[in-house]
Amino acid sequence: MTDLGAMYIGAGLAAIGVGLAALGVGNVFGSFLEGALRNPGAADGQQGRLFIGFAASELLGLIAFVVAILILFVVKK
Amino acid sequence: MAGDINPMEQFQVEPVFGHHIVLGGYDVSFTNSALFMVVVFMLLALFMAGGLKRQLIPGRWQVAAESAVGFIDDMMRVNIGPEGKKFAPYIFSIFMFILFANLVGVLPIAILPHLHTFAVTSHITVTAVLAFLSFGIVLAVGFWRHGFHFFSLFVPHGAPAWLMPVIIPVEFVSFMVRPFSLGLRLFVAMTAGHILLEVFGSFVVQGLNAGVGGSWLGWIVSLLSFVMIIGVSALELLVCAIQAYVFALLTSLYLNDAVHLH
Repeated sequence: MTDLGAMYIGAGLAAIGVGLAALGVGNVFGSFLEGALRNPGAADGQQGRLFIGFAASELLGLIAFVVAILILFVVKK
Repeated sequence: MAGDINPMEQFQVEPVFGHHIVLGGYDVSFTNSALFMVVVFMLLALFMAGGLKRQLIPGRWQVAAESAVGFIDDMMRVNIGPEGKKFAPYIFSIFMFILFANLVGVLPIAILPHLHTFAVTSHITVTAVLAFLSFGIVLAVGFWRHGFHFFSLFVPHGAPAWLMPVIIPVEFVSFMVRPFSLGLRLFVAMTAGHILLEVFGSFVVQGLNAGVGGSWLGWIVSLLSFVMIIGVSALELLVCAIQAYVFALLTSLYLNDAVHLH
């Protein structure tokens, strides 16, 4: 396998993390909705926490994306 | 490959008037990044100037400006409490600047020849400065109010003493990594969105080329990509607002830590 091929495979593997973060973000919003439908009165007060959870789980996916981009564009070929 | 489109080209910072101005070894030319910061500032100034008429019966514009101010004011009151009122101007400025910069960045004026928008917030140099500004204010407020007692932020309440050698370094690292995560999140979210739009845009162009070249599949790819661009653009508008909100929200949470020490 050439170095370039290995780099592309590595970038592809790094992109798996983006998909996993999608599961995490979906879980945050899904759980929020589940709770919000049971008690709609309390839902509005928790919106800040919803976005904190969203930001935390999204960040990890974005870092996976950064790793993929670094491998593709920054690492010397 | 013919018609190859580089998705990273849109992030290039270049002088607007074509030539570099070098002053004392530093390039100080007026770049497209600076130009769009000025554009964002002027739009923001226009928005606020139009909204600050202080009429008894507010028009639409005044309601828009007032609800933006009220939104940040509410956020401060919920997250920091009564002391949060004096941070509202800073949070409001940073929220509105990021929101306007994000939205100006996705304006589709590139359909006009020789024009394309530049997303100011898609550069980590810009977002990192904003994040360090927030972090610096958190440090200043923390040390101003609590002096060296501010370091008790790293010692959670109720944790057993034997856990301290582990938990203090962990808390310290998680505190110091805040400005990086704050800046990185905004920068990467905007960059990723713009790359995605550009990639689908290149699919449209290449599909059209293939279609003109006689392949019926090219037309279909082109059409599907175009529909996809519309969907992704809508998603991008949402992401623009959410990222500005998240930046303001996290800054206010960090300020709350500095004001109240847990």
